[in-house]
Amino acid sequence: MYGARGWAVICLSSFIVFVIFPVLSLATPQDSAFHISQYWVTLLGKVMCFAIVAIAMDLVWGYTGILSLGHGLFFALGGYSMGMYLMRQIGREGQYQSDLPDFMVFLDWKELPWAWWNSDQFWWAALLVVLVPGLLALVFGFFAFRSRVKGVYFSIITQALTFAAMLLFFRNATGFGGNNGFTDFKRILGLPITTPETRMMLFTFTAFVLIATLLLARWIVTSKFGRVLTAIRDAETRVAFCGYNTVHYKLAIFTLSAVICGIAGALYVPQVGIINPSEMSPANSIEIAIWVAVGGRGTLTGAILGAGLVNFGKSYFTQAFPEYWLYALGLIFILVTLFLPQGVMGLLKKKT
Amino acid sequence: MTDNANASNESGGFGHIATEGLDTTHGVVLYLEDISVSFDGFKALNKLTLSIDVGELRCVIGPNGAGKTTMMDVITGKTRADEGSAFFGQTIDLARYSEAEIAHAGIGRKFQKPTIFEYHSVFENLELAMKADKRVRKTLVSVLSSGEKDRIAETMKQIRLNDSADRIAGLLSHGQKQWLEIGMLLMQEPRLLLLDEPVAGMSDDETERTGELFLSLAGKHSLVVVEHDMAFVEKIARKITVLHEGSVLAEGSMAQVQNDPKVIEVYLGR
Repeated sequence: MYGARGWAVICLSSFIVFVIFPVLSLATPQDSAFHISQYWVTLLGKVMCFAIVAIAMDLVWGYTGILSLGHGLFFALGGYSMGMYLMRQIGREGQYQSDLPDFMVFLDWKELPWAWWNSDQFWWAALLVVLVPGLLALVFGFFAFRSRVKGVYFSIITQALTFAAMLLFFRNATGFGGNNGFTDFKRILGLPITTPETRMMLFTFTAFVLIATLLLARWIVTSKFGRVLTAIRDAETRVAFCGYNTVHYKLAIFTLSAVICGIAGALYVPQVGIINPSEMSPANSIEIAIWVAVGGRGTLTGAILGAGLVNFGKSYFTQAFPEYWLYALGLIFILVTLFLPQGVMGLLKKKT
Repeated sequence: MTDNANASNESGGFGHIATEGLDTTHGVVLYLEDISVSFDGFKALNKLTLSIDVGELRCVIGPNGAGKTTMMDVITGKTRADEGSAFFGQTIDLARYSEAEIAHAGIGRKFQKPTIFEYHSVFENLELAMKADKRVRKTLVSVLSSGEKDRIAETMKQIRLNDSADRIAGLLSHGQKQWLEIGMLLMQEPRLLLLDEPVAGMSDDETERTGELFLSLAGKHSLVVVEHDMAFVEKIARKITVLHEGSVLAEGSMAQVQNDPKVIEVYLGR
């Protein structure tokens, strides 16, 4: 799968996130020069979630040539699935000291809506994280790919899909907290969610999922299945005339990609402590495509790199010049499209 | 072959047709009867009737707009006929199957413009085309056997690309791309090969070798060659079909066709 250098980089990264980060964050005193603050743990944890999404996006866009501009929806659905469980974990510690989540008390609801069935069980939440984005992608993809919706039309429909979902989730009656979404989480698996130890646990688990996703994606793209995907990107009719049912292939990778996004969303929500419908805004999905474009389409390392660069840039920019971030993002996208069609990876390859 | 009855004609269908089951007892591999196709009132095919024998090398000529490409579209499932029937062998009704299923059943098609996988190597192009179980799960875990590698090597020799196994296909010359595409068709072990202007853009030398290749393939496979290059057609053709305005104008040997007054009027004479 990887050469010696690739494995070395993966081992080194693993060592940093699994050993150095926990030690420097938990075992060093607050005032030590080596101490890693909660801010950095949360930020890197968040970026790793985005990197997982970027890999998922790269599988469908960079490798299969399907530009989905609705991947933010799958991410948000995973987040909401986990968020429901986290809301139930609050128990009676909410403002109204009720068994129901606060927003339901506020709306004067007497019992949980059907969608919240079993939501106090972690295993159920974990199942929903995979099933909800996966099933939506499977059904949506089936109709879109079977009707041969391609290219920009597919992109526009996915934008519409995520926008429609956002409007739906904004409504209080939908039963997922309306425009406030879910927040004020207290516990996960019975552990207090804000302690450094729990946060480090979430952080290392995210790192583990990121590495696992990378290896899975790498295995896929180096298999014959992966070669069929790139062939679909380059000459779909020829693939069909070779006897492959391209609908099945596109559906398989699109659904897998959605599931990966859902898992990333589920890891994201407990770390940032909030999920609301703005995660489904069309702009969020476009941003995912920008990460991949910046890093380099069609290379998995590029996807991770792009998610990292853009998001660290964003976190710096939104603090230093908050009102200019969107301009900067737009400018980055234009410059990358014009001068770096292969993204940062293309630049690195040229250098070596 | 009756178990194909439940195969759907949607592109999402799961049905696979086995080539081994192709019934050619009457010596006919392809039979088109009274096929009509119209686009917005324009009749691209008008009651076209044509049959191809097993092992035959048939050349199809005709002026632009005669319906040559539409005919191939109908055979390969890309376009559906408004009327008429198209049978592959005795039993396979082509109207009921998707493009992928028809390809799987044993009809290979070469496009006018060479379409190959530009970012894959020559070897990978042939690997992807190779006859195999092409369902998602099987493809995910597929590993090449040594027999399969030999077959790829053999085909590379046949199309004179044995020195370019690892070359990215996009970097090949135009003629080599055409050959690679023919090689990809051969990897599918088709019973019937449809070749749309296979020597377009080839040098004289390449054209000559392509002719030799086709002649060597006839017998083992059935070939339908659509070509404008009359010198090439003359060299390889045994039987020629002339299409005009969507139906067959004349059929026969080169000499017969050339002396047919109808043909002279609409095509060769002008």
